[in-house]
Amino acid sequence: MDFSRLHKYASPMHFYSWSLAVAPWLGIACAVLFVVGLAGGLFYAPPDYQQGESFRIIYVHVPSAWMSLFIYMVMAGAGALGLIWHVKLGDMIARASAPVGAWFTFLALATGSLWGKPMWGTYWVWDARLTSELILLFLYLGYIALQGAIEDRRTAARAGAILALVGTVNIPIVHYSVEWWNTLHQGPTVTKFDAPSIDTSMLIPLLVMSLAYTLYFCTIVLVRTRCEILEFERNTTWVKQRAAGVNAV
Amino acid sequence: MDTEFFAMGGYAFYVWTSYGLSAVVLIANAIGPRMREKSLLKKIVQRTGDE
Amino acid sequence: MMSTLVASKAMLLRDLRRSIRRSQDLAQSLIFFVIVITLLALAIGPDDQIFTTIAPAGVWIAILLATTINLERMFLSDYQDGTIELLLLSSASLPALVAAKIGAHWLTNACPQILMAVIVGAVLGLKTDVLVALGLSLLLGSPILSLIGGVASALTVGLRGGALLLSLIILPLYMPTLIFGTAAITNAALGLPIEAELFFLSGVAVLSASLAPFGAAAALRIRLS
Repeated sequence: MDFSRLHKYASPMHFYSWSLAVAPWLGIACAVLFVVGLAGGLFYAPPDYQQGESFRIIYVHVPSAWMSLFIYMVMAGAGALGLIWHVKLGDMIARASAPVGAWFTFLALATGSLWGKPMWGTYWVWDARLTSELILLFLYLGYIALQGAIEDRRTAARAGAILALVGTVNIPIVHYSVEWWNTLHQGPTVTKFDAPSIDTSMLIPLLVMSLAYTLYFCTIVLVRTRCEILEFERNTTWVKQRAAGVNAV
Repeated sequence: MDTEFFAMGGYAFYVWTSYGLSAVVLIANAIGPRMREKSLLKKIVQRTGDE
Repeated sequence: MMSTLVASKAMLLRDLRRSIRRSQDLAQSLIFFVIVITLLALAIGPDDQIFTTIAPAGVWIAILLATTINLERMFLSDYQDGTIELLLLSSASLPALVAAKIGAHWLTNACPQILMAVIVGAVLGLKTDVLVALGLSLLLGSPILSLIGGVASALTVGLRGGALLLSLIILPLYMPTLIFGTAAITNAALGLPIEAELFFLSGVAVLSASLAPFGAAAALRIRLS
């Protein structure tokens, strides 16, 4: 009973209409959260007593880093849904998520390095978190390269799902080993990204920004999944009819 | 909105580059898929018309 | 059950025999390994002090590169001559057959490389402790490389630009193994215990051995469906 309902919602045709209705509202909510979060982060949060104004990079760095991991999990989960339970929508969501995840990983690296320059004196330090993010970026790029190399979309999505699952098993191992490697080679460095007791006035904008980034991803992945649906199902009648209808309006 | 705000206590370059880069990437990723969807729909209509 | 065991054993022996017949492949990968070490030595210069500190990293990098190059061959000839399609249809369990293939690949590719690494290390004058750590870390680490490599090899078999794609996919997954493998050797050189690193490598090897054959089998099914 529950399962048939899942299949109804997971049908690409149903999802397409549903996402057209939902995406604009998500987008508006996301924009509002961005305004609130940016105002809080740039104006209301007081400067950090140690890092001064440079700590404000946290409001774009931490949400990106959080999304880079979250999207990988979404990708692997959606891929597994397609791989194991043959839910076509899973294949499409996984493929749609990967580039967004890679971009967030890039942002986490770039902002982390821009934050590191005033703190460490150089743009790049083999800090455990930056190194883990770099490896995560490589994992995303490998997934995207595999998608590009296999012609058939369905095969590509399922092959990608296996790779993403292997990556998911690997991520905690990578994280642990890099952390361990870091303490071994540099001694326990006090990483500047650690804010032991962050003040509420600083924390609330951070939570708002993280939520804004999450909603941003949800909105974008809806649009990107629609594109995937159009590509996967371009020969079906409903896609042709819908395309004709949309263009006539 | 004074100059002191934009100066970011001497960290202006790092702070504004971070925010600027994030804004560029987020906006590009928001616009790109929408344009792709439009062109995909157009292509499907053209192909259907050709048949 | 019985037929699976018999079939896997037959698979293992067949692959072993074939690699012995094509011993030039084997020789090439060993030569490649020695060339990388030589390049490293030339790049660093003849300073013994620096070389012995960098040697563990160099040996591991050379092993990673040689493994990555070899991986493409794991399923390639079976893919080209259609053997894999027969395996998919066979009544024996596919993960077991794939595990046999990975095992054969490890025996014929990784084992000679480990032996070569230890010999090269001895010739270069590494201390006995360091040599033991080198051998043990490679012995425990290289099955991980072959097992994870098996999944990636199955995913990319027969694709255009397969070798480069394969290394792009596989090298990030190899990083934890590299970190702990080289750490064991560095510790041994400093006279520190190496058990922690070896336990870590064994743990990951067991984890990979229990998951990778299923992953590689699923990958082959998907690629050939």
